[in-house]
Amino acid sequence: MNGSEPQTDQRQDKPFGFMVQPRASNRLDVTHGTILYLEDVSVSFDGFKALNGLCLYIDVGELRCLIGPNGAGKTTLMDVITGKTRPDSGSVFFGQTIDLLQMDEPAIAQAGVCRKFQKPSVFDGLTVFENLELAMKTDKGAWATLFHRLGSEQLDRIAEVLQTIGLQEYASRPAGALSHGQKQWLEIGMLLMQEPKVMLVDEPVAGMTHHEIDRTAELLLSLQGKHSIIVVEHDMAFVRSIARKVTVLHEGSVLTEGTMDEVQNDPRVIQVYLGD
Amino acid sequence: MNGHSFTNHKAGSVVIALVAAVTVLVPLCNAVFPDGSALHFSAYTVSLLGKYMTFALLGLTLDLVWGYCGILALGHGAFFALGGYAIGMYLMRQIGNRGVYGDPVLPDFMVFLNWKELPWYWLGFDQFWFASLMVLIVPGSLAFVFGWLAFRSRVTGVYLSIITQALTYALMLAFFRNEMGFGGNNGLTDFKSILGFTIQSEAVRLALLMISGLSLIGAFLLSRWIIKTKLGRVVTAVRDQESRVRFLGYRVEMFKLWLFVFAAMLAGLAGALYVPQVGIINPSEFSPLNSLEIVVWVALGGRGTLYGAIVGAVLVNYGKTVLTGLLPEIWLFTLGAAFVLVTMFLPRGLVGLLVRDGKES
Amino acid sequence: MKANSMVCSYLWLSVLLLVLSVPCMAQGNAVEAAVSELASERTESRVDPLPASFAEALTRLLRGNIKEREQIVEHLSTTGHPRAQVVLEALLNGELFELKADGRPVIGAENQGGYAISDALTGDALGYVGRGDIAKINLTNSLRVTLRKAIGRLQLRSGDAASRLAAVNAMITSADDKTLELLRTFEATERDERVLAAMRLIFALHDLRSDHKSVRLNALDTLKEYNSLEVYNRLSVLVDRDDDGHFVEPDADVRKKAKSVLVKIDARRQFYSAVETVFFGLSLGAVLVLAAIGLAITFGVMGVINMAHGELMMLGAYTTYVMQQIMPEYLGLSVLLAIPAAFVISAAVGIAIERGIICFLYGRPLETLLATFGVSLFLQQTVRSIFSPLNRSVTTPEWMSGSWQINDFLSLTWNRFYILLFCLLVFTVLLQILKRTRLGLEVRAVAQNRNMAKAMGIPTARVDALTFGLGSGIAGVAGVALSQITNVGPNLGQSYIVDSFMVVVFGGVGNLWGTLVAGFSLGIVNKMLEPHAGAVLAKILVLVFIILFIQKRPRGLFPQKGRATEA
Repeated sequence: MNGSEPQTDQRQDKPFGFMVQPRASNRLDVTHGTILYLEDVSVSFDGFKALNGLCLYIDVGELRCLIGPNGAGKTTLMDVITGKTRPDSGSVFFGQTIDLLQMDEPAIAQAGVCRKFQKPSVFDGLTVFENLELAMKTDKGAWATLFHRLGSEQLDRIAEVLQTIGLQEYASRPAGALSHGQKQWLEIGMLLMQEPKVMLVDEPVAGMTHHEIDRTAELLLSLQGKHSIIVVEHDMAFVRSIARKVTVLHEGSVLTEGTMDEVQNDPRVIQVYLGD
Repeated sequence: MNGHSFTNHKAGSVVIALVAAVTVLVPLCNAVFPDGSALHFSAYTVSLLGKYMTFALLGLTLDLVWGYCGILALGHGAFFALGGYAIGMYLMRQIGNRGVYGDPVLPDFMVFLNWKELPWYWLGFDQFWFASLMVLIVPGSLAFVFGWLAFRSRVTGVYLSIITQALTYALMLAFFRNEMGFGGNNGLTDFKSILGFTIQSEAVRLALLMISGLSLIGAFLLSRWIIKTKLGRVVTAVRDQESRVRFLGYRVEMFKLWLFVFAAMLAGLAGALYVPQVGIINPSEFSPLNSLEIVVWVALGGRGTLYGAIVGAVLVNYGKTVLTGLLPEIWLFTLGAAFVLVTMFLPRGLVGLLVRDGKES
Repeated sequence: MKANSMVCSYLWLSVLLLVLSVPCMAQGNAVEAAVSELASERTESRVDPLPASFAEALTRLLRGNIKEREQIVEHLSTTGHPRAQVVLEALLNGELFELKADGRPVIGAENQGGYAISDALTGDALGYVGRGDIAKINLTNSLRVTLRKAIGRLQLRSGDAASRLAAVNAMITSADDKTLELLRTFEATERDERVLAAMRLIFALHDLRSDHKSVRLNALDTLKEYNSLEVYNRLSVLVDRDDDGHFVEPDADVRKKAKSVLVKIDARRQFYSAVETVFFGLSLGAVLVLAAIGLAITFGVMGVINMAHGELMMLGAYTTYVMQQIMPEYLGLSVLLAIPAAFVISAAVGIAIERGIICFLYGRPLETLLATFGVSLFLQQTVRSIFSPLNRSVTTPEWMSGSWQINDFLSLTWNRFYILLFCLLVFTVLLQILKRTRLGLEVRAVAQNRNMAKAMGIPTARVDALTFGLGSGIAGVAGVALSQITNVGPNLGQSYIVDSFMVVVFGGVGNLWGTLVAGFSLGIVNKMLEPHAGAVLAKILVLVFIILFIQKRPRGLFPQKGRATEA
């Protein structure tokens, strides 16, 4: 999408925007190797600055870990990237050309920025298979959905993802019957079905057993390179096990960036986490 | 595909088979047995059955939006009434010069109001095909415009319920006005004929019953098919976790809109079948209470099952017929109690008592 | 049905004609009377000597013929006797009788088939008599006219400025030369500024007919200050052409000036009519706010949709009715006492609803909506069974009926005025309860974070019940106010429920000030649209506006901000 062209996506103040379907995903431009640009992003709720002039760049294929104490703005950051929250100021670009701030949630998801929520949110009433089918990258218009039939290629794709997340045997179980950890994996599977360019993964191992945590770490590591992944996590051992580069957020802006060792030895980080 | 809704599926088939039996057997009996025989259904019974069919259809459409998509529309009766008015306009024009004032074009109430010519929106309603089209298009358009505004702005939950109620309330006030050109307080009535047949004749009554029954069966099968498609699954997902669906890349508002318009058009059809059978349509059909009654049919029957709405509509209306005949005072008490008891003790309705939910199996 | 309405409209037409013809007839009679009055003055006043005493005058008033009676009436109005006005007013009202036993003049008030009489001369009560014991003094139209003028003159002598003012105002439309003469004599002694102003108005109106241009121009100068419909009508005629095509006012300068005065008066008239519209709007808004404010608590603070809210108002209105039935002698007091009674009754019912139904349905707003709707049907039918489906009439106490006539262009009805005050009072009290009391603090805490409040030891279940009781009680109080301006019937609640939800949603849920602003602005908008669109269409337009507004700003005029609302 070129800067001069009118933006095409739905916003509250652009009532007819939705009439034009976004084609942003076709024009993703990552020639500079950076897939996500957040510059000077600020969000405030009733005077409380959840994000304060935050700048963050994510490279293509990178696995980035975000850490920070409660209230540092991690979830708000994800809300901003996925279109749930509109920042008061700043810019968020997907590649060099796609302005995410001009797009709403479905458009951003279709463009290839997909999100796993902190609280596992799968559709309990649907089976594991149906959950994956719903997430699958395809025409998501109402009429197309009505007459949708699964092709063999798509069946293969679902089987492949089931394999990746290790839930082959549960395909026809209602998602509500899965364990907490399995739901987390299913949600990651739903992300994969969307063939995302960027995966935002919010607390993927909360409430998991050690065994499950290890498998999740394996899973995420196997995905890096194919997708750019941002992981928010409190479990430091887990972060250490997957992270190449860690970003520490504090009071709505980036405190420091670096490898896990660098970050853990940074006196400012220690102060933030432990207090004076 | 999966055993998830198998039992409901079976129960639904039983209910629809019953509907089909009534649709076929009642006209058959009346054709075979002479008038006065115990197996010959009276005109009253035939009309009553036909009326229940249209109510069941109406309940079914509300179950689509409420039971499957979580949109508790408290103004659903408006679409029913609009469909009824559309066919009522056709029936008024069919009266021709048989009215009290004998005007060949203008309906009686317009002559009475001293109107000289037909308002533009009455043009074309002398054609059956046009009126039939309007039966679907008018409610559909209203649902489209209203739904488009509401769903796009993400008005949900009780807010949506309240503004749908305000919608039907506003329409009721509007249709009460004589200036609207829909007969004001009295509405449209004194119909004489439909497609050239006398509207009071037994043959027409039976035909209307059959058409209502077939429409109900058709609508049920179509709705069941829709629910089984991927669209149905998206819609159910919207009901359970609207924002998650949005993050999967679906335009939630378009799905809601699609279903809302579809349901509104079917509700319009129900209204169009209802009016010739009862012989009148007036603004009280728009009253918020009517729309709330539809909700209680669906709630009592069991929402999110389709056939539950049919069961609920027939049961509640049968109860209403019996009670308003015997003890009119008791009816509102019963209806009020039904609301309270069903919401508190029967969240899955009557069919929830009889049919196991597939989820636990 | 149609034939019926035809008959109806004919009936209406004939009633209308009848009503219109009455003043015409009266006017005709007035002319007649004036003529005969002049005649009587010239001929008979010299023949009969005037009565020597008030008592003698009264006796002659009873016995004399019509001409004589008119004469006596004229005379009585000049005696200055303290009983004169009472007697003349009694005569005008047909309450002056002759006691057959001794021929004494008495004033009688009808009382249970008979009359309670008092001596006309002294005012002493004389007990009760039957219908046949007294003879009525008959009146003719000309005598009535004479009487009214005589009473007017007497009132001009009254020590009370208000009744002098009323007397002068009554003369504005019917002032003749004689009246003017009379007024000029009183002008010299009159001290009250308002009475003087009214007198000057009459003089100026009279001067408009003067032959001298300067007098007419001066009169216009005086008249431009008055907010009087009479002035407006006279001047409108003045600048127009008559049937022959001539100007009524021959002089162009005077016409020009009259036109400019008309423009000025018209501007003021429009201003006052705008004030009146705003007042009507505010009073309608007050009703809306009263209806909505209880809902704002239960819906806004607790997130509970109470569809039975309207029926709680209905209960309040019926409480007023019952209170009036209990104490029919004290209408005013009964309305005042109905306020706490309605609060208690509605609050009790509300708490019962909350404890019995709603508390099992928290977190399921749609189910709450349906269950409370069931309750509303139940309450409606209960009332219908007890009080019959017909509307019950609640009598408006005297101090609330009538209107406050500020000038010809502006009069405010007292009942609406009191409801406006009452609404503001209820709002203030409610706000203070929420702000200053322990309950208010707990309510706000629970509204903001239920779990946290619970953790801090606030008994949330009790707070819920009390909050709901508070909201319901206010609905009952609103019902008392409604009983003063609308019919009390089983459907009273239903007609307000949609409106009150609209007000709450429009104002922003959880914001009492928003409810206040929303109620008043909707009321004013409604009343401003009414003259152009009619009441029903205005209401529809307002509803459509709100429907569109909610879609643009789903959280109302004054949304609650913060992270919690983002979810």
